[in-house]
Amino acid sequence: MNGSLIPLNFLPLGRKGKVKELTSDGNLRRRMLDLGLIRDTEVEALQVSPSGDPVAYFIRGAVIALRSEEASKIMVEVS
Amino acid sequence: MGLTSDSTGISVLEKEFNIKRITPNDKVIALAGNPNVGKSTIFNSLTGLNQHTGNWPGKTVANAQGTVRHKNENYILVDIPGTYSLMANSVEEEIARDFICFGEPDAVIVVADATLLERNLNLVLQTLEITNKVVVCVNLIDEAKRKKININIKKLSKLLGVPVVATSASKGEGLNELLDAVSIVTDGYIKPSPVKIKYVDAIESAVSILEPYIKQHLNDKLNSRWVALKLLDGDSTLLEAINRYLGFNLFKDEDITQKLDEAINILCDAGITKDILRDKIVCSLYAVAEEITSQTVSFEREKYDYLDRKIDRILASKTFGIPIMLALLGAILWITITGANYPSQLLADGLFWIEDRLSDFFYSISAPEWVHGVLVMGVYRTLAWVVSVMLPPMAIFFPLFTLLEDLGYLPRVAFNLDNFFKKACCHGKQALTMCMGLGCNAAGIIGCRIIDSPRERLIAILTNNFVPCNGRFPTLIAIITMFFAGSVLGPAKSVIQALMLVSVLVLGVVITLLVSKILSKTLLKGLPSSFALELPPYRKPQVGRIIVRSIFDRTLFVLGRAVMVAAPAGLIIWFMANVQVGGVSILNHCANFLNPFAQLIGMDGFILMAFILGFPANEIVVPIIIMSYMATGSMIELDSLEQLRELLVSNGWTWLTAVCVMLFSLMHFPCGTTCLTIRKETQSLEWTIAAFLIPTITGILICFIVANTARLLGLA
Repeated sequence: MNGSLIPLNFLPLGRKGKVKELTSDGNLRRRMLDLGLIRDTEVEALQVSPSGDPVAYFIRGAVIALRSEEASKIMVEVS
Repeated sequence: MGLTSDSTGISVLEKEFNIKRITPNDKVIALAGNPNVGKSTIFNSLTGLNQHTGNWPGKTVANAQGTVRHKNENYILVDIPGTYSLMANSVEEEIARDFICFGEPDAVIVVADATLLERNLNLVLQTLEITNKVVVCVNLIDEAKRKKININIKKLSKLLGVPVVATSASKGEGLNELLDAVSIVTDGYIKPSPVKIKYVDAIESAVSILEPYIKQHLNDKLNSRWVALKLLDGDSTLLEAINRYLGFNLFKDEDITQKLDEAINILCDAGITKDILRDKIVCSLYAVAEEITSQTVSFEREKYDYLDRKIDRILASKTFGIPIMLALLGAILWITITGANYPSQLLADGLFWIEDRLSDFFYSISAPEWVHGVLVMGVYRTLAWVVSVMLPPMAIFFPLFTLLEDLGYLPRVAFNLDNFFKKACCHGKQALTMCMGLGCNAAGIIGCRIIDSPRERLIAILTNNFVPCNGRFPTLIAIITMFFAGSVLGPAKSVIQALMLVSVLVLGVVITLLVSKILSKTLLKGLPSSFALELPPYRKPQVGRIIVRSIFDRTLFVLGRAVMVAAPAGLIIWFMANVQVGGVSILNHCANFLNPFAQLIGMDGFILMAFILGFPANEIVVPIIIMSYMATGSMIELDSLEQLRELLVSNGWTWLTAVCVMLFSLMHFPCGTTCLTIRKETQSLEWTIAAFLIPTITGILICFIVANTARLLGLA
């Protein structure tokens, strides 16, 4: 699946991907930008919450948990 | 120019931001930074006890100010809200931006996390776009060293064009140098020349069309290039702020509106819509941040956060995450219960010894019996009870809880439980506010400020009372011990007590989720808002600081408040129990009146009356029940819980009564202080009433169902 474009919530745990596009708009998009989720930013899926959602991602040195709704609006290229 | 003397300078500071200089020469310093970078540690270390906290005028966002003296200068430090950016996406960001723009600080310290420099530079660069007078403080430098992250501070300072100081605030390192750098900037010894962010050509030409016209109006009050960018970005909050603080509406100027249209057309021709413009701005900021980081930061170890990840894989793992959380909670409660026993007894003995001396004193001066009754048997005894019952568990619970907070465990709780909150259509951070409620519900209500969405914040406020606070623990523990763990002996006893208390807490969480869900579907309809929760690195806790903070800021604060309400409550209770109407005390009249209803929900009139009289402080519920049964007219001290149990049983208590009292203790109206806090935080009487009624009605319904089911089944 290398090189294919998928929503971040489908990125398997332990894998890394590069952000290619944000499909959200308005406030949510701004929040994602604040976290540094811009084009070509590398994101790694670390672990899933015991309750099933959210998933913790490694983003620019920080660990950020995103719910599947938010993550589904971030398209990444699996690397 | 529309700028009156009244709307500028110190008067704006005082009127709009509530900042008071002690002498006109005092320098005002804003303290900015991302959340979790140790900003408040820096603030506390610098200002010590010379600080006062309040709210930003008209906002429910905390505002802390303090003074620090350095080399014969007074600095007023203003702790502005911790934010990721200054783009006014939230109230906090708006306040932070407004203070930097219009508060006319003499300098801005931007605190950055050394272990997360790249993302933190985003905020630094945004601040540099607004003002030159910036000092960057790279905090947590010790953490970075431990993780083998090297930062070239000199080069960083050169690239950013402003002074940069490395600190590790928790050890007090680098703080003097920080103040030196601040004084250099405020005294104008050096002229900082911050790095300029270059945007793509279309944006640059759009800005260059607009900027000269803005410059004419703003007169160097604000960076016109930055204002031009914000206008292109369609930031209406900045326009309003300029209007408010500088008394000028930029859009009244036809030149500006015309040039703005022209500039927006240029952007459109280049295919840059509003969303794309924002992307491009952020991308350029990050490009600069990446460039600077790559030149100044080096990692000796590829996996510098290896340990954090390993701990997270255990503490937030699918199998162990929730059991570990419950075990930790159980352990804390167990330590609290066991540890509080002995000091509680000691305190009670001491305080009641003093009471005897007080009585002796009143008799020796032949004071009237009622004076002795009111002051000693009413006010003093209630106070003594509250102090001896509350102080030991708080003095143990709060430091333990602060320890978990300092370690960085609480965000993991939110992470572990978020899906349940999502299903209830509320915010995962509500788990954090519930943790705070465990200490004190009023504190939990204030903590709800961390939730951005007003709808979700309101849900968190309305349901916070379903988490039993420290004031209700003693009631629950006493009943558990008497009715459910009494036959168990030895160390197993306290384990059973802790386990049962954990079950009560879990029930509270389940009810919270259910009521939140119901609220989301009815009164507060809506979908969950965006959610991004940072899981900060685990940090080594500062034991000394934990003890000081939890004892002074929390324990004594909560105790002081309880004492303030307990004293007058003791007075009222004494009167109600001692003033007789038709041969029966007022307390009995009220209890008799309430009794039929109370029986319906598994209790009796005295118990219900005790809950009502306990409105000022939950701690006094059990004492009032005992006092009513004894009919001595004042709270008594019983030597053992066994005696107390006998007293209760002889007054008709069964296991069902005990269960219903516990349920009602978990689910009834918030205490007086909490109600006042809710009123303050929601700015609405209606929501305060709702916060009063929702848990009360829930409690009554559940007690009714439990009591009558048990009776129908012949169990009690």
